[in-house]
Amino acid sequence: MMSMSNPKVRIDNVVKVFSGSRKHAQVLAVDHVSLDIMTNEFITILGPSGCGKSTLLRIVAGLEEQSSGHVYLDGQEVHGPSSNRGMVFQAYSLFPWLTVEENIQFGLKNKGVIAARRKEIAKEYVELVRLTGFEKHYPKQLSGGMQQRVAIARALANDPEILLLDEPFGALDNQTRTLMQELLLEIWEKSNKTILFITHDVEESIFLANRVIVMTSRPGRIKADIPIELEHPRPYNIKTTPRFLEYKEQLTELIREESLKAMQEAK
Amino acid sequence: MEKVAKKQGIAEQAPLLQLQSQQNGTPKRRKWLQPQENIPYHLYLWISVSSIVILFAIWSLLTYSGIVDPLFLPTPTEIIQSGITLFTEFGFINDIAITIYRVFAGFLIAVVIGLPLGILMGTFKVVEAFFEPIISSIRYMPASAFIPLFILWIGVGEMEKITIIFVGTFFSLVLMTAVEVSNVRRELLEAAYTLGTSTFGVLRSVILPAAIPGIMETIRLILGWAWSYIIVAELVASASGIGSLILESQRMLKTSNIIFGILTIGALGLLSDLILKVAIRKMFPWNYGR
Repeated sequence: MMSMSNPKVRIDNVVKVFSGSRKHAQVLAVDHVSLDIMTNEFITILGPSGCGKSTLLRIVAGLEEQSSGHVYLDGQEVHGPSSNRGMVFQAYSLFPWLTVEENIQFGLKNKGVIAARRKEIAKEYVELVRLTGFEKHYPKQLSGGMQQRVAIARALANDPEILLLDEPFGALDNQTRTLMQELLLEIWEKSNKTILFITHDVEESIFLANRVIVMTSRPGRIKADIPIELEHPRPYNIKTTPRFLEYKEQLTELIREESLKAMQEAK
Repeated sequence: MEKVAKKQGIAEQAPLLQLQSQQNGTPKRRKWLQPQENIPYHLYLWISVSSIVILFAIWSLLTYSGIVDPLFLPTPTEIIQSGITLFTEFGFINDIAITIYRVFAGFLIAVVIGLPLGILMGTFKVVEAFFEPIISSIRYMPASAFIPLFILWIGVGEMEKITIIFVGTFFSLVLMTAVEVSNVRRELLEAAYTLGTSTFGVLRSVILPAAIPGIMETIRLILGWAWSYIIVAELVASASGIGSLILESQRMLKTSNIIFGILTIGALGLLSDLILKVAIRKMFPWNYGR
């Protein structure tokens, strides 16, 4: 039904100003950002820390209200959070009183899916994120990487129109992070979900994406929109190929300028 | 030997390492006097037991030898004997029962009203803004100071005791519950919203389950206070209960009864605390994983 010319998500001239208080000055966090995300696209937003990229994602999720501009999902303007935009947070967002499978079933329960079907779906997603055998574990009994896999499964089980990820691997060690990237990419290749992924890691942004959006340091604007033309499926060792390194050099340059600017301002 | 030689070799090459080898050379320090260092379980147990034994030994020495006047401090035997007489001849079990009844009646009312109010205060800022000023200011007025006022208002019956327990526990319970609830992580609420939970739905499906272990710990802590409030209330004006027995015993110079009464109330407090502690661990296993 969806024609290629209609974006899955349209971000239209979104501005976010954090209102000042006696102690803090007003901050322009997101400055007139427009972005069309097509169905099945995997977009990473790359930016220095504090550039407003997370704020932008939270606006798309409906967890933050934009000061002006619009966000559309399938042509309909969105207000507030909803299960059609699934979200994976940086860390510790699992419900600690629920087991792995109960966490994954949380959204399905809200939808009124019957218990037997819920169990089936949960099993499927537990397998997808390779956590078979851990269904009855509580989040506290899992490592950070496993917790984030549950968070991804929980968001996907709800079958959202778009999956939003806010630096989901940022708190993980390097080795785990690499494996998680491969897993997420594999899931995307299988399911063809539309994904918007926030990161400050250049390599991560290239490895995962069809398109990398580079944001400027505060106020956050779109600085560059770079299509990544690497083949799929992408093996982990693609990171050492000349094509990949070219992208890496280009993006590192772009992001470095912004980081320097941010540092200058911090002085 | 070879290892030592190697070490010396390295030490010669890199002067920085000399510090390390010097440290190796210092005499071994006693492990159990290291700050914050753990000690073996058995050693810990023996030290703990010995402290009780030593206390008991000093007490026995002072009393059995007659160094201390029995009116001031009776012997352990006397206290056990008076305990037996209290139970067999003076119906002490009824005093215990009435004291427990007062504590639980007052505390139960405080929990039934205080919990929902605290949860609403922690969840909705409008509710907090309305109740916080009153509750915060009353919280610092000691419940025991209200006793004369309550006697004037409602007399010296059961209602007065229950009211004191209520006043002594309710306000702190509300505020501490509100803190527990407002400490629920924002991410959990946001995750629930993106999974389709409604604004009011999060109260039941996120806020309550997330806050309940902390709330139970609060209940456990405050129940401990209730035991001391009831004794104060019974000391001031009561014809029954452990506190009234303590006061009567003082009038009749029955030191051993006083001490037995104090030990009883201590045991009750400890017992209720232990029961709650175990129950909380059993109820919320997810909170105590690894």
